[in-house]
Amino acid sequence: MNPPGSPERQRARTAAGPIIGVLAAGLLLLALFAITVGPYPVSVDQIFVALLDYAGGSAGLTDAQVETVLFSVRIPRVLAALLVGAALAAAGTVYQGLFRNPLVSPDILGVSTGAGLGAALGILLSMPVVVTQGFAFAGGLGTVALVYAVATAVRGHDPMLVLVLAGVVLGALAGACISLVKILADPYDQLPAITFWLLGSLAGTQPDDVWSALPFVVVGLVPLVLLRWRMNLMTLGDEEATALGIDPRRLRVLLVAAATLMTASVVAVAGVVGWVGLVMPHIARLVVGPNFDRLLPAAMILGAGYLLAVDTIARTMADTETPLGILTAFVGAPVFLWLLATGRRSW
Amino acid sequence: MRNAVILATMLAVTGAADARSVTDSAGRTVTIPETVQQVYAAGPPAAVLLYVLAPDRLIGWPRAPSREDERYLPEAYQGLPETGRLTGRGNTANLEVVLRAKPDLIFDFGAVRGAHVSLADRLQAQTGIPYLLIDGRFEHTAAALRLMGDVLGVSERAEELAVYVETLLAELADALAGIPEERRPRVYLARTASGLETGLQGSINTEIIERAGGRNVAGADPDERSRRGLTQMSAEQVILADPDMIITWDREFYAQVWGSPLWSPIDAVQRGRVFLAPTSPFGWIDRPPSINRVMGLRWLGSLFYPDRMQLDWRREVRAFYRLFYHVDLTVELLSRLTD
Repeated sequence: MNPPGSPERQRARTAAGPIIGVLAAGLLLLALFAITVGPYPVSVDQIFVALLDYAGGSAGLTDAQVETVLFSVRIPRVLAALLVGAALAAAGTVYQGLFRNPLVSPDILGVSTGAGLGAALGILLSMPVVVTQGFAFAGGLGTVALVYAVATAVRGHDPMLVLVLAGVVLGALAGACISLVKILADPYDQLPAITFWLLGSLAGTQPDDVWSALPFVVVGLVPLVLLRWRMNLMTLGDEEATALGIDPRRLRVLLVAAATLMTASVVAVAGVVGWVGLVMPHIARLVVGPNFDRLLPAAMILGAGYLLAVDTIARTMADTETPLGILTAFVGAPVFLWLLATGRRSW
Repeated sequence: MRNAVILATMLAVTGAADARSVTDSAGRTVTIPETVQQVYAAGPPAAVLLYVLAPDRLIGWPRAPSREDERYLPEAYQGLPETGRLTGRGNTANLEVVLRAKPDLIFDFGAVRGAHVSLADRLQAQTGIPYLLIDGRFEHTAAALRLMGDVLGVSERAEELAVYVETLLAELADALAGIPEERRPRVYLARTASGLETGLQGSINTEIIERAGGRNVAGADPDERSRRGLTQMSAEQVILADPDMIITWDREFYAQVWGSPLWSPIDAVQRGRVFLAPTSPFGWIDRPPSINRVMGLRWLGSLFYPDRMQLDWRREVRAFYRLFYHVDLTVELLSRLTD
C-alpha cells in the first residue's frame, strides 16, 4: 500500500471521480444497447414507443408481442444481469480486501457451492421454481454460517487461515453432496437442469426474480457503504486495525455477512456465475486504485457491465442458450492470467 | 406448397378469433386457439409426440437430429431449427427465439409434478402463450396421444395410433399371462461404451424392460430400491448378477463385448444373447422416453418370449415407421438399424 500523500495515491484520488463517472456513463450506454439487441426483431422506434407507453405517454400503440418481449423477457434480463454482476463484484471486492488476497472470490467461504447444493436439492425434489430459489438462498447462507461457526470454534490459530480452510473443506463437502444429488437425479429433466444451474444462466429470468433479489442486495450493500473507511483499515491486517481502534472480529462478521447475503441472493436467481467476483475487483483496482471508497463503486459498475456484456452474448450468439459460467471463464481466465503476469501489487 | 402456406395462414388468422379451453394432465385449465398451427415442443419427448401426430406443426427440434437420424426422417423435417429445451430452471431455449417463432402453443411431455407445473405457469404468465403439460408415463401413452390429438385437431390420427398402442399392450398382456415372476428373463441394460452404466429397477431409463415382461437385474436388491435413476456397476456386480440377456444401444459396446475379457465370460455373452437396440430416428428403448419406446416394447417382447410373441422384422418395423414416423424404410435403411 502506498503511504498516504504519496504522489501515486494523490493521483488515484483526484482521477478516480471522473473515471467512475465515465464508467457509469459507459454502463448506461451498454444497457441501452443491450435492450435493442436480441433474437426477436424489435426496432429502436418500437422500443421508444413501448417505453413511452410504459411511462403512460401514449397508450396502446405497442404490439402486444413486442411488449411481452421487452417488458417480460428482455428488460428484466438486462436488469438481472446488471444486478447480479454488481452484487458479485461488490462481494468479491469485500472478500479480497478482508482476506488481503487477490485470489479470493466470493465463493471462498462456500456460498456458491452451498447455494448450488440447495438448488440441486430443490430440483431433485421437483420443487416449484420459487422454492428452489429459496433453497439456493438458504443453502448459500447456511454454508457460510456453518463455516463461520466452525472457524470460531477452532481457537489458537490465525483466524483468517482457519476461516479459509473451513470454507474450503465445507465447500468440498457440499460439492460432494451436489455430485450425489446429480447421481440420484432423473437424467432427462433434472440432471440437465442441475448442470445448467451450476454453470449459471439468466435464460429463465422473470421480472419477479429481479424484485426478489434486489432488496437483499441493497441490504447487503448498506454496511459496505457505511463502513467503507473501516474496510480500508481491515486491509492492513488485524493488528494494525486493532491499534487503530476497531474490533476486527466484529467488523469481519458484519462484512462477511453482508457480502454473503448479496452473493446468495443473486446466485439464487442466476445460478453459479464464476469469475465476475474474482476478476472484476482486480480490474477496478487497476483503474481507480485500492481505496475501498472508490474501489467499491468502480468494481460494481465493471461487474455489472461485464456480466451484461457476457449475457448479451449468451442470448444473441446462437439460437439456444450458452451457460454464463462457460463464457465468463473464457473471458475471465485470459484476463486473470494477464493480471498475474503483469504482477502489479497494490492493496 | 404455396397454397398450403396461404391456407395455413388463413386458418391461423381466422382461428385466432376462436378459443377453447382444455384441461391438461396436471389438471390445469388452459385456453388454446381453436386451430393450433405452430407448436413449440418444450423437450425431446414432447417433440417426438408432436412429430408422430402432426409433424407439420413442429417449429423445431429441441435437439437437432444427428446425420444418422436424419436418414430416417422425411426431408421436410430434417432441416428444422434447433430450438433448445424449456424444461427446468436451466433452459437451453432462448425465450426470444421461442417468441419469434410465434407459437400458438407450448407443451411438455413427461413429468407433471411440482416443478413442471410451476415452470409452465410462470412461462405462460410471462409470454402469454398457452402451455400444456402432458403426462409422459408409459401406461398413459394412449391417453397422451388422444389428448394431444384433440388439441391439435387430428383426433382421427391420434385414435389410430392410440389403438395401435393399446393393441400392442393387450398382445403383451396375453403373452405374459401365466408367466410367474421367477420365470421371466433377467435382463441387464448396458449404457455407454463401457457397458457399466445402467438404470436401476423402476427408473425411467429401464422401465420398458419390466413393461415387456423382463426383470432388471440392477437394483433388484431391496436395499437399493429407494434409489431410482442411473448408476454405475462394477464388472464384478454384472458377473454376479449373471443376466439371461444384455440389451444395449451403444454400438461401440456391442462391437467389443464379444472379445472383451470382462464381458466374454458372462453366460449371456457366451450364448450370444446380447442385443443391439436401434436408435434412429429415435431410440427404441429410451432417448427420449416418449412414443418411440412403443417400437422397443414390441421388440423386447419378441426377444423375451420368442414363442409367444413374434416380430416379423421386415413387415412390422416398416409398418411402425410408416405409421408413426412418416417414412418408408428401404431394405438398406432397415438393415442399417442394427448394423
